[in-house]
Amino acid sequence: MQVPKVVEIKRIEEESPTVKTFIFDWKVDSEKPGQFMMVWNFKDEKPMSLSLIDKLKNEIGISIRNVGVFTEKIHKLQIGDKLGLRGPYGKGFDISGKKVLAVGGGIGMAPIIAYSEEASKMGVDVHIVSAANTMDELLFSDRIKRSGAKLLTCTDDGTHGFCGYGTDLAEKALSEEDYDMVVSCGPEIMMKKLFTMVEKYKISSQFSLERYMKCGMGLCGQCCVDDEGWRVCVEGPVFWQDEIRMITEFGRYKRDSSGQKHRI
Amino acid sequence: MLAAGILGSTASSLNWAGKSGAGAVVTKSFGLNPNKGYANPTTVEVTGGVINAIGLSNPGVENFKSELEKLNKSVPAVASLYGANPEEFSEIATRVEDLVDALELNISCPHAMGGCGSAIGQDPELTREIVKSVKKSVDIPVFVKLTPNVTDIIGIARSAADAGADALTMINSLGPGMRIDIETGNPILNNKFGGLSGPAVKPIAIRCIFEVYDSVDIPLIGVGGIRNYEDVIEFLYAGASCIQIGTSIMYDGMGIFGKIVTGLERFMDDKGYDSVSEMVGIAHK
Repeated sequence: MQVPKVVEIKRIEEESPTVKTFIFDWKVDSEKPGQFMMVWNFKDEKPMSLSLIDKLKNEIGISIRNVGVFTEKIHKLQIGDKLGLRGPYGKGFDISGKKVLAVGGGIGMAPIIAYSEEASKMGVDVHIVSAANTMDELLFSDRIKRSGAKLLTCTDDGTHGFCGYGTDLAEKALSEEDYDMVVSCGPEIMMKKLFTMVEKYKISSQFSLERYMKCGMGLCGQCCVDDEGWRVCVEGPVFWQDEIRMITEFGRYKRDSSGQKHRI
Repeated sequence: MLAAGILGSTASSLNWAGKSGAGAVVTKSFGLNPNKGYANPTTVEVTGGVINAIGLSNPGVENFKSELEKLNKSVPAVASLYGANPEEFSEIATRVEDLVDALELNISCPHAMGGCGSAIGQDPELTREIVKSVKKSVDIPVFVKLTPNVTDIIGIARSAADAGADALTMINSLGPGMRIDIETGNPILNNKFGGLSGPAVKPIAIRCIFEVYDSVDIPLIGVGGIRNYEDVIEFLYAGASCIQIGTSIMYDGMGIFGKIVTGLERFMDDKGYDSVSEMVGIAHK
């Protein structure tokens, strides 16, 4: 039944000055990295990627950057406060390949950390490009190290790791190492550039897209992308690169809650 | 046909439905001006279906025209319109007439704001005026989508038919209904109330079609909770000439169109029907 399940916040991790992870008890069943939950604060409801899926402890987590009215309200919540969750929704990342480059930009690191923990557990050699504007905003570095994945950091201002954009560091990694899969989530401008690179290097890849969502269950059509009409909430949010090639709006525009287009 | 309000807010998703086996597609309703609709949650599942209060969100007729221009026309396209008065309906109708094959007037949305939706479809006089006005303004066929939330569906149906409607679509979502979270006591939908669709409304849709079939001389389009070909047969027997599918896409995805067509064809072979028209209204004999 597609109905919010009300749960208490079990733990809150302060990931950076602007990002918090909210962790809940949840019977983990088919949840996959790359899938998302519709998060209801009893006023509004927004899609948020799973950033933690722990089958042993039966916990899930969502990581939220404080960027607006909704996220501000959620950031004020304390342990024991309640939220409504429904999901998981969408198609997650396919875990395949032997050596994977995972590229996460900003809060796009949320599904990337969930992916990296799961893939590392399954024996995949994961190298993560973690991109942020500044050192304090680099996310999940401890969890990445514990997972056994290799961490490559970069910051726009050069305060930590490589100085430059995630795509610059990804290009360096792609030219130096032999990857057989690339996965990514982050600003679409970044993913568009990365997509051009993987096409050049001829590496299989998966990208997680974000579009305005209402129902989350494949009915309202708000998140459909041109030209195939695919629903980001059902056929996505993770798309393979051959699908991305057919999403003509990728990196170009997206629609708002009324359906009007805006340039990316 | 793909029912109004399910996907259908872009040419891409309408083309996809056409490619998936829908014989025609109806757009999501649009009005004169861009409308964000209600805040989330706009949709929640209930036993037997879904309640929704999207609030007629749409980019406005001018922006929507650029979507209609991208329809590949592999199947006929129907534009669903909403407005508050005859002038608004006629203006929108005129502006999109050249881009679609027919219009469907949404005078039946149960969660519309500002005098739109079922506020019209519950008023036989206003219904007559709007249909008349649109018919005068355009040359393409005009369907009118009716609300089941009336005491006398026959009266409204006759009003629309007398005013010149070319077909009636029945039914829009029921109610509105409501769902409350029992942990916190909060109504789940942001708008509190939302229209009920899905299998739970099917018996009411069947009854509406059956009742109206004998009272008007124009074709009826059946919609409400269809999940499989057996449901389609019920609608045909009640008096519908064709049917629309909406909420079931949540359960079965776009594959539902092809699945239903295959099942219906097999049933017709078994029963010796050569065409769907032979099946229309059988329950009245």
